[in-house]
Amino acid sequence: MPRLLFEKTGNAVWMSHLDLMRVFQRSFKRAGLPLTHTQGFNPRPSVSIALPMSVGVESVCELLDFDLDGVSVSGEDICDRLNNVTVDGVKVLQAYDAGRKIKELSYLHCEVVFEYDGNIPQNAQASIEQLFSQDSLLVPKKSKNGMQEQDIIPMLRRLEVKQAGERELILDCTVCCQNPSLNPMQLAQAVDRYLPALKPDFAKCRRLEIYDGDMNVFR
Amino acid sequence: MTELLQRILPTVQKPARYIGGEYNEIKKDLSDVRVRVAFCFPDTYEIGMSNVGMRILYGVMNQMDGVWCERVFAPWGDMEEAMRANNLPLWALESQSPVKEFDMIAFTIGYEMCYTNIVNMLKLSGIPIHSAERKDLKNIVFAGGVCAFNPEPLADFIDFFSLGEGEEITEEIVTLYDRAKAEDWSKDTYLREVAKIPGIYVPSFYTHSYNEDGTLAAITPKNGAPAVVTKRIIEDLDKAYFPTKTIVPSTEIVHDRANLELFRGCIRGCRFCQAGFAYRPVRKKSPEVLYKQAVETLSDSGHNEITLSSLSTSDYKGLKELTDAMIPYCENHRVNLSVPSLRADNFSRELMQKLQTLRKSGLTFAPEAGTQRLRDVINKNLTEDEILTTCANAFSGGWNNVKLYFMLGLPTETDEDVLGIAELVYKIIKVWKEQASNKKRGLRVHVATAYFVPKPHTPFQWEKQIDPQEYLRRCRLLKEHFYSKSIEYNYHTPDISRLEAVTARGDRRLGAVIEKALENGARLDGWDEYFNYQAWLDAFDSCGIDPDFYTVRGYAEDEVLPWDTIDVGVSKKFLLRERVQAYAGNVTPDCRHSCSGCGANCLLQGVTCDA
Repeated sequence: MPRLLFEKTGNAVWMSHLDLMRVFQRSFKRAGLPLTHTQGFNPRPSVSIALPMSVGVESVCELLDFDLDGVSVSGEDICDRLNNVTVDGVKVLQAYDAGRKIKELSYLHCEVVFEYDGNIPQNAQASIEQLFSQDSLLVPKKSKNGMQEQDIIPMLRRLEVKQAGERELILDCTVCCQNPSLNPMQLAQAVDRYLPALKPDFAKCRRLEIYDGDMNVFR
Repeated sequence: MTELLQRILPTVQKPARYIGGEYNEIKKDLSDVRVRVAFCFPDTYEIGMSNVGMRILYGVMNQMDGVWCERVFAPWGDMEEAMRANNLPLWALESQSPVKEFDMIAFTIGYEMCYTNIVNMLKLSGIPIHSAERKDLKNIVFAGGVCAFNPEPLADFIDFFSLGEGEEITEEIVTLYDRAKAEDWSKDTYLREVAKIPGIYVPSFYTHSYNEDGTLAAITPKNGAPAVVTKRIIEDLDKAYFPTKTIVPSTEIVHDRANLELFRGCIRGCRFCQAGFAYRPVRKKSPEVLYKQAVETLSDSGHNEITLSSLSTSDYKGLKELTDAMIPYCENHRVNLSVPSLRADNFSRELMQKLQTLRKSGLTFAPEAGTQRLRDVINKNLTEDEILTTCANAFSGGWNNVKLYFMLGLPTETDEDVLGIAELVYKIIKVWKEQASNKKRGLRVHVATAYFVPKPHTPFQWEKQIDPQEYLRRCRLLKEHFYSKSIEYNYHTPDISRLEAVTARGDRRLGAVIEKALENGARLDGWDEYFNYQAWLDAFDSCGIDPDFYTVRGYAEDEVLPWDTIDVGVSKKFLLRERVQAYAGNVTPDCRHSCSGCGANCLLQGVTCDA
């Protein structure tokens, strides 16, 4: 099964997961790369994105599995043809034959950026690192049964708080991304809840890299 | 640091609709641009991007050298609130520039209940809402679309209207502006010159005076403006500009598919239907041109669905030829061909079977009235026999779902006509019992009634609208006669249709009401979530205007009508004749059968009406 490595940056971050699926389905069609379709009453082109993303999240490490219908095209060619017809902010970096199954994907390296319009509050860096070094930390999470409290510490493998200039803190972290997964924006919610004085004026998230269970880069 | 808009986006619903960047969006280098046009659609992105007219004119203007046309849509309530809280003015998607920076601000207006959105969008842009307060050539505001056929309620806000089909006139308007800007004309000079273009109506060049009883006494043109402005049409649609490379939204919109317009105008002449008269004469595109445009559009956009659009698809003369060519293409390319608005004739039934798009959902009729007598009055030539035969075929083919649309409050309607709806529904149920091949799931009949709104440029333009209480009484009467579990009956609330009737046939005095209703909180009136009837009632009250004047009063045949300045091609004499025929219960045959002399063929010079 062929696979794409792509990035979603700039204004494309405002597309939802379903929007992005549609954008790819149409891009393949425009590029003259017919996709196989699912069987059934309402056949759909077979594309599948490994880790669906929340609206607003930027990423340079997304994977999409697809299946071409009866055509044989080189990876480089697929890459070029898709990039000619895709939308601003969605860029295919690589197309290749996937060897590994998506279920082997385990960890996500990402940055949560905290922006302070004034200067960064004093001791923010240390306080935030300390908050996440506790043994457990409950954060509300929306689930099918309403809001639930979820302990995020077991899903947080590593976290380091870095300062970037006078007004930005970067929570550089590695989190579980499958079974169970931690939405990195929950780190911002934890700060809002437990360290309200350090609540940033704006927070955003960027995905940087994905890994398997042994922390080897996953492709 | 993240800029303001990017900070707001995560807090609003569907942020993708505010940032542009879609496939085929047109960007230009500002140093090459002499005229910037902000093309505003007075509703949300999902509605606006589904509008074919907007797509065409976006292409027309951006094809012009030195002109950059960008899109602007009405923000949803959450975004509007955020914009106000942060002093963020309304922006255009392509450049993200504030609307206020644009030379020309264009609106396309297809629905009366978006009038508050127009004024609100000007407000959100920080542009004075009244035409008279905007003194400069810059920020000139013009509008087109079907509502321009009675533009009076918007006369206070819009500098000039472009009437009819826009492919040619829009280019003329913008070219003149290009010159005006280069030669530093005043706004008044530009308006005087633009008024010379056939199809342009400048409301400030007409004085409206009133009689003591509130009716219009006279409409007096000045500054050399023509007494009557005739709408523009495209004679040869095969040669007309049609964009096959158009924006493909990245987020889901209402009509998320490619669109192919088969023909303009309608041969049917249903007497309540504004589109049926206002878009005449009939002009078709050839199947060859359509097929070519379909293939180009589909291969460029990557859509997996294409729809054939027109007012009545079955009346397209080249339908067989076109679908014969398109069906194999669509099958090979996994494209769903959707053919709405088919009549219940034999060819259509065959076609539906070939298309296999009649998925078990789609069997919809719009008989509009419950008895043959009333259907004759409104000239809706759909017979009970046709409905029942089609239902019988569909039921034996496994369908168990029918939708039926009716209007209540049609001229001459009696309780017998209202109950005729129930009778028709029971006949359909009986047919199902006799014919259904699969009765396990039962039958669903969805019945919906709308409140009749008389529209300008139709034979019913003088009619009274029944009052809301009477409408509700008829709805309840009908409801009492629906006792089968198979029937689901919905009726529109009368409030919005009453306002629609006011604005559709309104005059200039309504400008103040629209402004006031907006102040009172009305906006996005077409959306149930936002519709605020009280805001409108209060506005009528404080402006001293009685909505009944425009609704239940009815207009006299010798009365000066607010839209008398506008000529859509169909003559008043013809409309009056049709009104007489309606009251006599006489049908007028469709235009293909015999020409009824509506007058719209006078708009054509090079070709004849293609009915």
